[in-house]
Amino acid sequence: MYTLSNRLRLFSIILMVVGLVGLVVGFANRPGSIEEVKEKMAEHNAHGGGHGESQVEASGHGEEDAHGGDAHYEHVLHQLQNKPWASLYVAAFFFFMIALGVLAFYAIQFASQAGWSPVLFRVMEAITAYLVPGGIIFFVILGLSGFHINHLFVWADPEVVAHDALIQGKAGWLNSWGFIIRAAIFLGGWMAYRHFAVKYSRLQDEDSTGNKWYKKSFKISAAFLVFFIYTESMASWDWIMSFDPHWFSTLFGWYVFASLFVSGITTIALVTIYLKSKGYLEHVNNSHIHDLAKFMFGISIFWTYLWFSQFMLIWYSNIPEEVTYFITRIEDYKLPFFGMLVMNFIFPILVLINSDFKRVNWFVVMAGIVILCGHYIDVYNMIMPATVGGSWFIGISEISAVLLFLGLFLFVVFRALTKAPLVPKGNPYLEESKHFHY
Amino acid sequence: MASKVIHALYIDDDILMDAVKKVRAEHYHIEEVYTPFPVHGLDKAMGLPHTRLAITSFMYGCVGLTVAILMMNYIMIEDWPQDIGGKPSFSYLENMPSFVPIMFELTVFFAAHLMVITFYMRSKLWPFKEAENPDVRTTDDHFLMEVDAGNHDIDQLTGFLGDTGAVEIKVIDKEEDNH
Repeated sequence: MYTLSNRLRLFSIILMVVGLVGLVVGFANRPGSIEEVKEKMAEHNAHGGGHGESQVEASGHGEEDAHGGDAHYEHVLHQLQNKPWASLYVAAFFFFMIALGVLAFYAIQFASQAGWSPVLFRVMEAITAYLVPGGIIFFVILGLSGFHINHLFVWADPEVVAHDALIQGKAGWLNSWGFIIRAAIFLGGWMAYRHFAVKYSRLQDEDSTGNKWYKKSFKISAAFLVFFIYTESMASWDWIMSFDPHWFSTLFGWYVFASLFVSGITTIALVTIYLKSKGYLEHVNNSHIHDLAKFMFGISIFWTYLWFSQFMLIWYSNIPEEVTYFITRIEDYKLPFFGMLVMNFIFPILVLINSDFKRVNWFVVMAGIVILCGHYIDVYNMIMPATVGGSWFIGISEISAVLLFLGLFLFVVFRALTKAPLVPKGNPYLEESKHFHY
Repeated sequence: MASKVIHALYIDDDILMDAVKKVRAEHYHIEEVYTPFPVHGLDKAMGLPHTRLAITSFMYGCVGLTVAILMMNYIMIEDWPQDIGGKPSFSYLENMPSFVPIMFELTVFFAAHLMVITFYMRSKLWPFKEAENPDVRTTDDHFLMEVDAGNHDIDQLTGFLGDTGAVEIKVIDKEEDNH
């Protein structure tokens, strides 16, 4: 049994408190009026910032009829008011998607009857415990955004929709109630699978006579994977692609999937290495770490493949209504946009290509941290250009939101680890997994 | 000058593995082991060094990438930079996304083919090569361990090999420059 150390508990609580305070500061510092924006920008330009022009270009509000006068400042005002909301949204989604990626990985391990991974099942189950609190918080944020309490989704603003024929045409899908009901179905389905998978896994522990519960796990995992790939795709349209309601991409669901899948696998590796270093996972050897690192490596390349396929097809054909998506990103987000390619592709491919390095814990940890940061920036790049446009920077509200959810994530995950023995002793593949050697 | 080697035949890969470990523990020198299929862990038991084929493959891949970049930079950017469908041929970087598929394929092409050729050269395989098989049964269902007799007592060594489970032991006179 794992016992949560006081230091870890305290650490996660401190993270949450610091994050919460920072977020409150971020929300309090939102400019309330156009005058405040003018003041701030004048101050900023005096320091030689001078990107006033690019801020005009940033789209996403569909209301930039006039560039001069107060219309511009109103535009910036909306962006700055969005900023703490958007950073909250990015961080909430990022940590939720880690838990979701782990859940998908867990289901695949059952459906494919993998022989190496059962010793890691309790780690995966603990990480997916974040799905429930994280999902509920995310659902609340989705509700607030979908009903236009904040200004994150343009399509949720009836005034914008009234003047926008394109969004009107999509209103059959993009409307507040449809949005929130779909979200409830997706989240409910995923949480239901998580609940039963963990329950069956615990029951299988006590069932020494047969594999009744294991077979049930197998069946619900296969069913979940079918449900998951449809709902994940639709969720990525709803929760991310609809930030740019004028834009669409057919492989977007896969792209988001690759991102959440590699983040999830990386988190499994990091938690496993941490627990192993504390002496809790006696059956985990460096071949298990090697396998996880191979997955990190492979799915990083898969993510890059999808990123490039999406980018290159749009860049190549250069159709105006599609290409604006990348033009805003390359013009306003040059460093994060290309920086994440280095973090999510070039770094892992060079570090994790060597079979020996994949067994060295600190190499895997280092690559894992870079991959996780890279995928945070990936989510950031998907959401921020449409919500804050050119007014972005990674400041107090972004970092605080990450700290808040990181603290919550650590707290929930490590508390869930204390709930069950770390070896799923009823699993029929357990012996094979204990002696797994590559 | 002729030297003596001993051919010990086995019919089971587990017995072979045990025999290899015992022979190595007694510090006899194993010249070669012939098996009909890959025996997992045999290289480790024999103490063979790790292959470096993967490293060569990585370097060949780097060569392929370089070839692709230099070739397309010369053809598309330097030699005759035409406007083809509005693609920006002012610099390599500006038109890079359209070159990536070729860069990728040539990297894989070089890495794969040159590594295979390296493998053939290092393991001395080519068409019309004379097979070096000491016993035809080793391609079907027998395992053969070739032990260097050296200055050891032949009777003692064959006795020892018999104890390791060999079903057939032959003493062979071998020319020094046989391989």
